[in-house]
Amino acid sequence: MDLDDTPEQAAYRAQVRTWLAEHKSQAPVLTGPEALKNEDEIVTARRAWQGKLAEAGLAGVTWPKEYGGQGLGPIEQLICNQEIGQAKVPGILDAIGVGMLGPTLIAHGAEEQKARHLGPMLHGDEVWCQLFSEPAAGSDLAAVQARARLQDDGSWRLTGQKVWTTNAQFASYGLLLARTDADVPKHKGMTMFIVPMDAAGVTVRGLRQISGEAEFNEVFFDDVALDADAVVGGVGNGWGTALTTLMFERVTIGLGGEGLGYNSARFAKAIADDEHARRDPEVRHQLGEIASELLAVRFTGYRTLTALQKGQIPGPEAGLAKVTIVNGAIKAGDLITDVVGPDALAQDSEWAYMISFLPGLKSAGGTEEILRNTIGERVLGLPPEPRLDKGIPFSELRSKEGAAA
Amino acid sequence: MNLALSDEQVFLREAARGALSRFKTLEAAREALDGNAPLPDLWPTACEAGWPGLLIDESTGGAGLDAFDAMLVLGECGRVLAGVALLGHLPATAILNDSSGAPKDLLEELATGAKRAAYLPVSPPSDVSEAWTLDPAHGLARPSAPTAVREDGQARVSGRLSFVPDAPGAAVLVGVALLDGKPTGVALDASAPGISVETVQGYDATRSLGHISLENAPATVLDASPESLAGAWYLAQALIAAESLGSVETALDVSVAYAKERHTFGRAIGSYQAVKHSLTEVLRQLENGRSLLYYAGWSRTGKPDEFPLAASAARSVAGRALDQAARTMISVHGGIGATWEHDAPLYFRRAQLSRRLLGGTAGATDRVAGELIAQASAA
Repeated sequence: MDLDDTPEQAAYRAQVRTWLAEHKSQAPVLTGPEALKNEDEIVTARRAWQGKLAEAGLAGVTWPKEYGGQGLGPIEQLICNQEIGQAKVPGILDAIGVGMLGPTLIAHGAEEQKARHLGPMLHGDEVWCQLFSEPAAGSDLAAVQARARLQDDGSWRLTGQKVWTTNAQFASYGLLLARTDADVPKHKGMTMFIVPMDAAGVTVRGLRQISGEAEFNEVFFDDVALDADAVVGGVGNGWGTALTTLMFERVTIGLGGEGLGYNSARFAKAIADDEHARRDPEVRHQLGEIASELLAVRFTGYRTLTALQKGQIPGPEAGLAKVTIVNGAIKAGDLITDVVGPDALAQDSEWAYMISFLPGLKSAGGTEEILRNTIGERVLGLPPEPRLDKGIPFSELRSKEGAAA
Repeated sequence: MNLALSDEQVFLREAARGALSRFKTLEAAREALDGNAPLPDLWPTACEAGWPGLLIDESTGGAGLDAFDAMLVLGECGRVLAGVALLGHLPATAILNDSSGAPKDLLEELATGAKRAAYLPVSPPSDVSEAWTLDPAHGLARPSAPTAVREDGQARVSGRLSFVPDAPGAAVLVGVALLDGKPTGVALDASAPGISVETVQGYDATRSLGHISLENAPATVLDASPESLAGAWYLAQALIAAESLGSVETALDVSVAYAKERHTFGRAIGSYQAVKHSLTEVLRQLENGRSLLYYAGWSRTGKPDEFPLAASAARSVAGRALDQAARTMISVHGGIGATWEHDAPLYFRRAQLSRRLLGGTAGATDRVAGELIAQASAA
């Protein structure tokens, strides 16, 4: 057991650090008085920066070389993330594409799809978005209703709605999970598609949240035409393809959990700044409990990496780290607000945005309750809740739900 | 970076599990509570396995291993509530091992287990207090560390220490005393005049505890740095954390097995979300604790500046995890979980007493805050 870099890892870290030191001045400035304000400018600058990172080999670190990646392991990816954080420069803009959707294409896509899409994705020339969740399909993702119908010429027509879509407002493409056969049980009748976001019939609408900002979007599809070669991973195999994406999502969380800035040192600083609070036993006790758990998550991430490095796939228990991070940050925001007072909730406070963002984050990537179900069943081996949707054609589920109510 | 156990560590753990499985430790724990029979003496088993010398250098007869290896053994003890006197012995040997000029023959006897040591737990200063303090006999106020005066090249130590793990029967006592106001390492022969050890009948019969009274007791002054003396406290925190998480593992395993086989309303109770989520919560806390054991185990020599934070965080999470696990074990089992015949009460007793020893889980939690506040102020 060793948490230090091996000589090879140290050399890699030095190489990354040197490049960042030399190119730091070209990175977009996102905080402080010099910060870019206009969203279009920010996106343009971050795309260009992603391109530079990609050229230098600091994006797609784990992608195979034949697709423009570095063919390195998750530890090198983490080293890269850590050094980018240390250098206080933004990371890649399209973390969803490069971290989750690209690897899904690499695993399931046709060679033509990989050749066409992976390069522009990696360099930030074409940003991608993930079109999975729907208003009535979140934790129960296999309940998607967005419907793609096969046409006589082999093309498809897509109608439906997606929601919680990050980056859709400037994405070039989306990876979309649609129902293609409603007459088979729900996990079987889905297919994954590549959707051009500028196609006729695609409408993107910002979705404002508690903070007042719109970080996510709703995306509407009104009889959108898709070519036959838009299918990824085969017709009817959408669920298996989606599971691959979700697996990479867990890896991304495992590698980047602390990237959200929810870490014990930052929260402790807020308490340390108050002369009274830092000596108050109750405040200290709460801080100690929160901080211990958040510290734990950092090392859970290292355990996940060790498993990845050995070629093991991280299981759903990585989801427990998410539960810990989100609930820990919620408690920290609460404690800091108790200490600071209403100023912590002011528009320009360091904390207001986090406090507003966290209640929604609790449900991101599956609600906490569904995560606890999944982990209880897959990790602890507890029996599943009786299900009313097993083996029943999707088209009949709706009427059954009505009857049960 | 690599957080996997080495082959040697896996072997150490499996060997510990095997050795302890030869004893009916849970039955013995219940018998001991009833006052019917003394606990089995596990020290010969520990000696056979080489555990007393885990943290002593090979040059003086030990295994020369580090905290994480010791934590693996303590975890196995915790799994079966085995009362092996390592929680007291190992921090004591760590202080002696770090002290230049500690008697070689003593270290060798401690390494083989021919002699058993107990650590005199003294909590080091924090961000809000300069004082080295002791666990109180009663109440919240923490008394000051024992004091020492020099006499004939030796020292005479006076003080009262309460709830000292593994003190009864220990041949050597090792800890901290204030000599001219400075924290100083001291080693005492427990049979010397001026020393009395009173055995404490605990809520948890598997935990050997003693109140120690020192009155001008003769002691050898050790050449130990304040960091080493503080390090022993944090080592004890890491060890009791590891032991607690071992108990959590068993409590969770037993609870999960029962939740699968017990049926109500035509379903296994583990299929109900209320039960499933409470067990998953135990798993969450267990996994957090495991991650912190790696941090603590690595940092003691890998990043000593962070060892106080890492060990305290591990203790904090593990103590709470064991409380949660023991309570969940009882509630998942329903009424039977609260009966004398069941093992759940043994884990509950272990949880409630453990979390108040060695500064307590709450003390460790406060220390986490203190370390982070100090870091934030220094930055």
